[in-house]
Parts: sequence; structure tokens; C-alpha cells
Amino acid sequence: MTPIQPEISDKRAETITKTEELAYELRIHEVMTKDVHSLSPDIKMEEALEIFQKERFSGAPVEQDGELIGILSIEDLIHALRENHIDALVREYMTTQMTTVRKHDPVVEALKTFARTNYGRLPVLDENGKLAGIITKGDITNGLLKALQRNYQEEELIRYRASHLFEDIVSGRTSLILRYDIRKGDFIHGGNASSNIKRALLRLGASPQVARRCGIAVYEAEMNLIIHTNHGGTLRIEIEPHKITMEAYDDGPGIEDVEEAMRPGFSTATNEVREMGFGAGMGLVNIKRCVDEMRLISSKDRGTNLYMIMYLNDTDENPQTVN
Amino acid sequence: MNLEEIIHNLNLKVLTDTRDFSAVPVKSGYCSDLLSCVMTGAAPEGVWVTLMAHSNIIAVAALLDLSAVIITEDAQPDEDTIAKANEKGVTLLSSPKPNFQVVGELWDMGLRAKQD
Repeated sequence: MTPIQPEISDKRAETITKTEELAYELRIHEVMTKDVHSLSPDIKMEEALEIFQKERFSGAPVEQDGELIGILSIEDLIHALRENHIDALVREYMTTQMTTVRKHDPVVEALKTFARTNYGRLPVLDENGKLAGIITKGDITNGLLKALQRNYQEEELIRYRASHLFEDIVSGRTSLILRYDIRKGDFIHGGNASSNIKRALLRLGASPQVARRCGIAVYEAEMNLIIHTNHGGTLRIEIEPHKITMEAYDDGPGIEDVEEAMRPGFSTATNEVREMGFGAGMGLVNIKRCVDEMRLISSKDRGTNLYMIMYLNDTDENPQTVN
Repeated sequence: MNLEEIIHNLNLKVLTDTRDFSAVPVKSGYCSDLLSCVMTGAAPEGVWVTLMAHSNIIAVAALLDLSAVIITEDAQPDEDTIAKANEKGVTLLSSPKPNFQVVGELWDMGLRAKQD
């Protein structure tokens, strides 16, 4: 894992990217206000003021014969009031130099226009250049929030589907295999594989207790590969509806006396490793405590194979794995 | 007992991101500087008191779903360790006092070892 600064956590970076992605994915017509109250250019500013007050508008498009000819904002009304000219016609004070956006453009285009122009609202035109709606920054915020919420619900759905993976797929024997290569001496990444395995198990619907027990067992195995092997080794996790089989294997140097290695407190760890908190001589003992079945096969020539099995169908902790 | 009370009573420094610590329950305590012993002895939603400040403590705390790790004698984890802790949602607290003193103060507050 690359070290990252606390203020830009993975989760945060994910959200930023998601919002940005959404700004490109979402179209303007999906977030704009469609039901637009248009003004006629030939009403008086006084009348427009009343409409703005009653409807709580801060701006409105001006249309003549179905064509957009201008936009009237609160600022224009203030302008007229200041000149004591409230009985003037809308067409005299409206803004005719308009920046518009197209309804099928991505929301990001509207965002760019807002950033460039400092306008509060933009008229949205359809393919024929007719007024289709109005978009404000608030519309965009609401639209993005709604889309994020939808995405979140989709993520929940994925999690739900993952937890039903084994029910949905029918075969003689279904299993999911996860493999992780562990490098000798790689203390920086130590524990990454086990936390990934724990997360995968939770996503697949395992109870927190089962996921935690597997995580602890695999962590000890992972650290053994990092500390005690010649070149590191491999973790192989096979998940089936009724059991989880976790294997750690390496190509040496092998354990001289397996029985002695299993004795609580026995350790061959160097002082350097002990200073990092390892070498309590409890790793294999912990594994045995966490899993239902454990087998350790080792020889000087062929290295070490560690099998750890957790059965799922005789516990109440994981009801959906019962066939 | 919640984490907020512990941070307040023991006057601990929060090294990781702050959150609503009054909503984080603390059910038991454990103290050791050997990781495998912690794996056996510490319980979920517990606090772990240790002198160790290197990054290996994060994986252990995350795997065990601990409420917090109290690092004693002002041992200072490096930036990468703190970043890793934030990423995994592990809370790191710091005290200038030694393990024995911190454990004693936790015990005085009524915190006990996990029940088997």
C-alpha cells in the first residue's frame, strides 16, 4: 500500500472521483428546473417584481412568441428601482447578452460556465434552440446528491448480491479462491492480505466473529511468511458455502521440529524482529485457537504448508451459508 | 464506558482523525507489547495499551476491531503509520506515562480485562 496523507484517505478520494465522474455522466436536463415561469417582455417591471416576490424567484427567462429573448434577474429589478423607473417595460431592463447551455450536455459544462461567468442561473436550450429549462448551482448540487445517493444504494445492492453469490450460482461444488503473494521481510505491507480477506468475508456475508477469527489466523500465517521464510510464500483462501480453507505455503527453510514449534512461547525470531513486537512464540498457538482445524506439514527440503479450516454450517453465526 | 471519557480522564492526545468518541464504546482493556499475545488477549471494542508505535500495531488493531490503541511513554508513530490508521479507521491515542500507570488509571475508572 502506498503511504497516503490522512487528509486524503482512500474513502475521500473515492468520493471526489465519484462526484467528478457524475458531473460528466449526468446530463443538464436531468438536474435542471423544467417548469419554468417565463415573463413577457411587455409587462412592467413593477409587475415582474410582484411575480418575483410572490413566487420567490431570483430570476426568470423572458420569452416572445416562443423564443428566448432575454433573462430578468433581481439585479435588473434593483437597477430599475434605483433609477426610479419601476413602470418601465421588462424588455428595457432585461439582460439580452445571455450565456446558455444545451440540455444534452454534461453537467460539468454548466459548472464550467458558472465558474467562468459568475451568473447565478443559465437558460437551458433544446436541440431547436428553444428554452427547455433553467439551471442553477443549487440544481446541480441537488442533482449530484441524488445521484450519489442512487450510487450508494447500488453499492448496497452489490454487497447484497455478493452475500448471495453461493445461492445464485449452482454447480456441483462452488468455491471462490483468493490468492496473495507475500514477500519475505515486507513488514510495510504486513497485515494487508489478512485485512483484505477479512473484508471479503464480510462482503460475502460472514458474521463479524467468523471474519475476525479468519483474519487473525491468516494474519499470523502472513507474518510467519514475512518473518521466517527464505523468499516469502503464498496465501490461498478458498471460500465455500460450508467452509473456509486457508493455506499458507512457502519453499523453505522448513521447520525442524513441528511439535516444538507448536509449543506456546517457542520462537526462533531474531532480536530485530522481536523489537517490532513479533516473536512471542504464540503465532501457531493463536491460529489453532481461531480455526476449527489446523495442519502443519513441514520438511527441511520442501518448505512448510499450513492448512487452516473454518467450518460454517454447524454454527448459527452464518445462517445463509446453510444449504 | 466510552472513549471520550477515557481520553478526557487520562488526558490523552489524539493522533488520528477525530470523530465522536462519546459514541465509541470501550468494553475491556489489554496491555502487552507482543502482537501475538494481543491477538489472543485483546477483545473487540477494547483498548490496547502498548509502548509500540510502529505500523504493525495498525493491522492488529484493525483485525481485532479494537476501539483504540493507547501508545505510552510518548512513543511517536511515523506519518505513514498514522495515515494507515486513518485509512483503516483505527484510533491512536498517546500518553507520556508508562504502561503500568496508564493501565492503573484505566482500572481506577472501572475498566477491566475481557470476560472469558
